[in-house]
Amino acid sequence: MSARDQILQRLRSSPKALNTVVPDVARWYDAHRAYADPAQHVQRLRQALEAVKTEVLEVTDDNWVSALLDVAAAKGLRQILIGQGTAHGEALAQKASAGLQIVRYEQPIEAWQTRLFDGIDASLTLARGALAQTGSLILWPTPAEPRLMSLVPSLHFVLLDANTIHADLLAAMTAEHWTDGMPTNALLICGPSKTADIQQTLAYGAHGPRELVVLIRHRVGGAA
Amino acid sequence: MSKVIPINPTQEFKARTRHVLNDPAQRQNFRGAMDFLQAKRRAQFPDPEELQTLRELGSQIRRYSLANLARLLEQLEANLTANGVQVHWAQTPDEANAIALQIARRVQAKRIIKGKSMVSEEIGFNHAMQAAGIEAFESDMGEYIVQLAGEAPSHIIMPAIHKTKQDIAHLFEQEVPGVSYTEDVDALIQIGRRVLRHKFAEADIGLSGVNVAVAETGTLCLVENEGNGRMCTTVPRVHIAITGIEKVVERLEHVPPILSLLTRSATGQPVTTYVNMISRPRQPGEKDGPQEVHLILLDNGRTQAYVDLELRETLKCIRCGACMNHCPVYARVGGHAYGTTYPGPIGAIISPHLLGLETTYPLAFASTLCGACAEVCPVKIPITDLLVRLRNEAQARPDTEDASLRGSGAARSVAQAMVWSVWSQVYSRSGLYKLASWFMSRGRALSPSDQGAWTHSRIPLVPAPKRLRDLIREHVDKK
Repeated sequence: MSARDQILQRLRSSPKALNTVVPDVARWYDAHRAYADPAQHVQRLRQALEAVKTEVLEVTDDNWVSALLDVAAAKGLRQILIGQGTAHGEALAQKASAGLQIVRYEQPIEAWQTRLFDGIDASLTLARGALAQTGSLILWPTPAEPRLMSLVPSLHFVLLDANTIHADLLAAMTAEHWTDGMPTNALLICGPSKTADIQQTLAYGAHGPRELVVLIRHRVGGAA
Repeated sequence: MSKVIPINPTQEFKARTRHVLNDPAQRQNFRGAMDFLQAKRRAQFPDPEELQTLRELGSQIRRYSLANLARLLEQLEANLTANGVQVHWAQTPDEANAIALQIARRVQAKRIIKGKSMVSEEIGFNHAMQAAGIEAFESDMGEYIVQLAGEAPSHIIMPAIHKTKQDIAHLFEQEVPGVSYTEDVDALIQIGRRVLRHKFAEADIGLSGVNVAVAETGTLCLVENEGNGRMCTTVPRVHIAITGIEKVVERLEHVPPILSLLTRSATGQPVTTYVNMISRPRQPGEKDGPQEVHLILLDNGRTQAYVDLELRETLKCIRCGACMNHCPVYARVGGHAYGTTYPGPIGAIISPHLLGLETTYPLAFASTLCGACAEVCPVKIPITDLLVRLRNEAQARPDTEDASLRGSGAARSVAQAMVWSVWSQVYSRSGLYKLASWFMSRGRALSPSDQGAWTHSRIPLVPAPKRLRDLIREHVDKK
C-alpha cells in the first residue's frame, strides 16, 4: 500500500469528531468589519502603508506620470522596469526623460536574470486592488507584468486605482470571485521587505525591495 | 515527610536546561525578546470581544478542517494536480527526504535555496541533502545566521532570537569573506542580502514550507516579511513545498481569519509584508516562476495524534509561537534546551507524536501548568490539558488502555508507582489517613534533610507539628 493510501486509511479509520461546527466566516466579518465604508478606504490604506515605511502619493489620471517621474528624479533612479505592452507602462515610457532608461520585461527570466538582479533600480506595476484594513496591495502577476517585477528591483512603484480598494481580504475575494479561478501567483504586499531577525530590531530592505512607493490614482472629476 | 519524587527527565534535557540557566546573557536575551513579542501581540488585540470571537472562529476552522482531513487532502491533491502541481506523500522524514532527493537528482540540482520551513528542520532536510552532495542554503535572515553558526533555530518564528547583534557581528566577521565587524543592524542585514541574492540566482531548487493549503482552489499560502520566501518560490526552476498533512483548510474564505490570527499572534503585525498564494507552476507565456512545483505532504506521527480525539486538538496548531512567547519556562530556558525542532508548549505536545514519548516525555513536565499558553493560543488548543494527558501517558502502565502512544509508560518507575499507590490508599480511607497523619506530624524530626531537587535551593519540607484536626480540636476545646 502506498504512503498516500496508508495515511488516508489511518485518517479514515479514526473516530469521528462530534459537534463539529461549520465555520461561518462571512458572519464574523459582517459583525466585525472595521472599514466597511468606502469613504474611509483611501485614508485607512494610507495610514496602514505609511506605518510600514511606504511612500504614498495621491494622484490623478492626468498627473500620475509626472508625480512618478518627480520621485524617480529625486531618488536619482537610472533605470525603471515596466511590463510588456501595458497602458500605464507605455504612458510612463512616453514621458520619461533621457536620463531614465525604460526597460521592458520582454524575455523569460532565464535570458536576462543577471541584469534584472544587478542592473535595474526600480519597477512599476499596476495593482489589481488593495485592502484598507491591513494596507495590503493585491497583485496578480501576469505574462505582461511578471512576478519578479515586484520583488527584485530596489524600488517598487505600484499604481493603484482608488476605486479598487476593498475593506479587507474576505471582501476582496468575495467581490472578485477568487474561487472561480486563482492565478498562478496571487500576492498581497504591504510595505518594502523587512526583517526583525537581529535582536528584534526592524530593518527594511531584507531580500525584496528596499522602498515601496504607492500612487493612489483618482479619476479626474470624481472622488475616487 | 515523603521523599520528593523525581519526574525522571532525561539527563540531556536537565543538562541543557542547567547550562542555559547558568548563562545570564542568554537568559537576558530571551527575557527581553519575550517581553517584546508579548507587548507587540497585546497591542494587536485591543478589543477583547474581537479577540475571543476570532479565536473561536479560528478554532472552528481548524477543527472543521481536521474533522474532514482525509477528504480535504484528497481534494487538495486533485486540485493541485489539475493545476499542474505534483503532490507527494511521505510517512516518515526519510521518505520525505528521499522524494526531495529524487526530484533533485532528476533535475540535476546542485544547490537548494530554502525559505523558512520548520517541517524541513523536522525531517533533517539540510543534513540529508548535504549527505547526497547537494548544498542546502538557508535564506531567512535568522535561519541564515543559525546555519552560519552551525546551530539549530531556538524559536519557530525568530530562529536567531538567542543571539545578540554583537554575536552576529562576530559571526559575520569570522564567516563571511571580506566583512569587517559592525554592530549596525541595517549593515548586518545588507551583508546577508548581498550574500543571499547570489544564492537565489544560482539555486536550482527553492524549498519552502506552507502556512495554509486551500483544498477548494489548490492553493499554497505562505506568509513572510523578508521576500526570501518569494525568491525561493519564484527564481529557481523547481519549487518544492513541504508541509504537515494538518495544514489544509477547505475553503479560500478560511484563509483570512487564519492569517489574521497567525500574524498578529506571532509577531504582533496586522499583516506580513508578503502573502504569497501559489496555485500552479509557470504557465505558457509567463516569463518567470518555477517550471515545476511539488508539494510533499508529511505524516511523521501526526496520524498518531489524529486517531485520538483529545490529542487531535494538537493538530489545530498554526505555528504562530505565541505559546512559547508567553511560557515562563521557555522564557527562562530558551529553545535549544528542549532539544526538539519545536520547543516550548507546542513542542511539548507535538514532539511526542513525531519522535515518540520515550525520548520526549520530560518536555510535558517542563511546565508549571499556569495556562498562559492555552490563554493566548489563537486556535484555542487546550495545551495544559494535553500536557497533563501526556504526563499520564508517560506514567501509564504499559499494555493498558491508558498507554496509547508510542513510548507510553516510558517515565513509569516501580518506586513511583508504589508511592502513588500508597498515597491513594491512605487518602481514600479515613482511619488510615488519621493514623498516617498522626505518625507524620509526630515523626517530623525524621524528615530527611536531602529532598532531592527541592533542597538544591530551598530548605527541607517538614510536616507541621500538629495536624489540622488537632488544631481544630484544640480550638473547640478552648471555647
